[in-house]
Amino acid sequence: MTSLTPFEFIIQQAINAISIGSIYALMAIGLTMVFGILRLINFAHGDLIMVGSYATLFLTLAGVPFWIAVGGGIAISCLTGLLMERVAYRPIRGAQDVSMLLTSFAVTIFLENIAILMFSPSSRPFPAPGLLNSAMNFGALRVNSVDIIAIVVAGILLILLTFFITRTDMGTSMRAVSQDLLASRLMGINTNRVFVTAFGIGSILAGIVGILWSARVGKIDPLMGFYPVLKAFVACVIGGLGSLPGAVMGGYILGFLEILLQGILPASLTPFRDAFVFSILIVLLLFRPNGLLGSTEMEKF
Amino acid sequence: MQNNPKKHFSPLGTGLVLVAGFFGLLAFINFGASSYIQRIMIGLCISIILVVSLNLSSGFTGVFSLGHIGFMAIGAYTAAILTLPLSLKLAYLPDLPGWLENTQLAFLPATLIGGLLAMLVAFLFGVSVMRLTGPYVGVATLGFLVIVNVILVNWDSMTRGARTFSGVPPFTDIWWVGGWTAVTIYVIWRLARSSYGRQMMAIRDNQIAAQSLGISVLRMRLLAFCVSAFFTAVAGSLWAHFIQSFSPKAFLFVETFAIITMLIAGGMGSISGSVIGAVGITILAEILRNAERGVNLGFVHIPPVYGASQIIMAVIFIVLIIFRPEGIMGKRELNFSQLFSFTFRRKKRKEVTSQ
Repeated sequence: MTSLTPFEFIIQQAINAISIGSIYALMAIGLTMVFGILRLINFAHGDLIMVGSYATLFLTLAGVPFWIAVGGGIAISCLTGLLMERVAYRPIRGAQDVSMLLTSFAVTIFLENIAILMFSPSSRPFPAPGLLNSAMNFGALRVNSVDIIAIVVAGILLILLTFFITRTDMGTSMRAVSQDLLASRLMGINTNRVFVTAFGIGSILAGIVGILWSARVGKIDPLMGFYPVLKAFVACVIGGLGSLPGAVMGGYILGFLEILLQGILPASLTPFRDAFVFSILIVLLLFRPNGLLGSTEMEKF
Repeated sequence: MQNNPKKHFSPLGTGLVLVAGFFGLLAFINFGASSYIQRIMIGLCISIILVVSLNLSSGFTGVFSLGHIGFMAIGAYTAAILTLPLSLKLAYLPDLPGWLENTQLAFLPATLIGGLLAMLVAFLFGVSVMRLTGPYVGVATLGFLVIVNVILVNWDSMTRGARTFSGVPPFTDIWWVGGWTAVTIYVIWRLARSSYGRQMMAIRDNQIAAQSLGISVLRMRLLAFCVSAFFTAVAGSLWAHFIQSFSPKAFLFVETFAIITMLIAGGMGSISGSVIGAVGITILAEILRNAERGVNLGFVHIPPVYGASQIIMAVIFIVLIIFRPEGIMGKRELNFSQLFSFTFRRKKRKEVTSQ
């Protein structure tokens, strides 16, 4: 392998960072959308990622062509999300923030243990086809196809979402509900439908992220979703919880930050990378609790 | 003149009766019960300490911490490193700094040091995080739990990393856990009844009103958080010297979820509720754990389903939150003198009618 010039090295790392940032951004959008509308921090988002990946895996093993299996996986992830909303979250809507937080924690424990029971706790290889699993060479640069695909998919989805949020009636309703639930209900918005839509979109995004993530990592296990989603929370907080552009920005910042920390931390400290990421979360919550884009107004003493 | 039956039961007297009854129970367990029951009781007492102290910071001040098990981990590892016999230390943890390599402490000082260290960490962390509200605290404290876990897994020279930390001397017995349980309940009970406790509850019930009365929200939350961290770490030390070998995995979400379930089941904001919650969920968990191995009902045989107890717990939790979010006790406390005087009064009335 030819050695890289510093410039090529930076390009390589930048592609890496944008790709992982795209994945975080997609996760963060799902989380932040649900939070903005329901004031619910949905830990179980990570398990939707897991459900989507397992569904894709088993459909493939059953002989379904990979790309159809991907569609099936995303659909199953979406259904699981809607079911979750109906069974666990709808009955406690309007309860205290803490109750909702704890409920989502319980849903996580439930889904993860079901998955452990059904699929065994050990990890399985994820059968990504060549298109997702090859590397391209540009001179000395070596770029994984899945990175490029992640970047492109994220780009397309972001454009679609922006269109949806700003140009459609449903999108406008969603923005209204996230600003003021009571007022939008008085204005005749069917809030139930808004909640379901938010959950549906979040779950579809989770399904897509699941496939991208699994193809990137190459294997899946029942607990695969928890840590990435915790990190996506950091991304949400960087951009301001509840803000969609903020979530996207936070996702990319987090991607760059991770790659940067990997690069600049001395070798003895690299295993502590995640500790640094979460320390940043805490520092940010302190000084800019509404994120880099948000205002600094927040209940704080 | 009507004789007020409450006068017969001074709080001190009730307390003494309770303490005597409690230690009588401990003695009975120590000498009379099978080792299986003894182990369950030790686990139960540790859970009670964990839940009561979580209740102090979460139930009384209204900020929910998802990271308390991190303090338990700090207590467990600190105390275990301090009590590990020197020869084992040389074998297991050869890279310890010299002064630690040559220190071996007794159980009590090691536990106290673990608790104080957790308290210090809680202070440093709390000064920043206790300023936040609601769900933000939840996420930040969960972040704390992850940070503690990452440090434990990677700090090889102190913790053996992800490998099992074993050889911890089996100091924990029913007397130690019983004693610490009594101390924890007493201290937190007194704290909750003091003016500090009243201030905490005022903050929980109406923060703006409390602030306008001059109560410092941050100071009260910090006080609750630090005291709570201390006892959580004590429970960690007790657990470490009970289970004897453990790895960082033990201090993560499963354990966090277990104590939260106990807290919610018993009722946030009620100390006796915490105890009831811990007892109830421990019994339930034990039944489920045994049922997991398969149940033979004579005519049907349910095959073993490992891990099912966690699933059932999660379902119970969600059902609880939906149908009885305030738990068994809500914010009320069991009132022993009332309980006693009620039965007493009834007896008296009977006497009167018979006369």
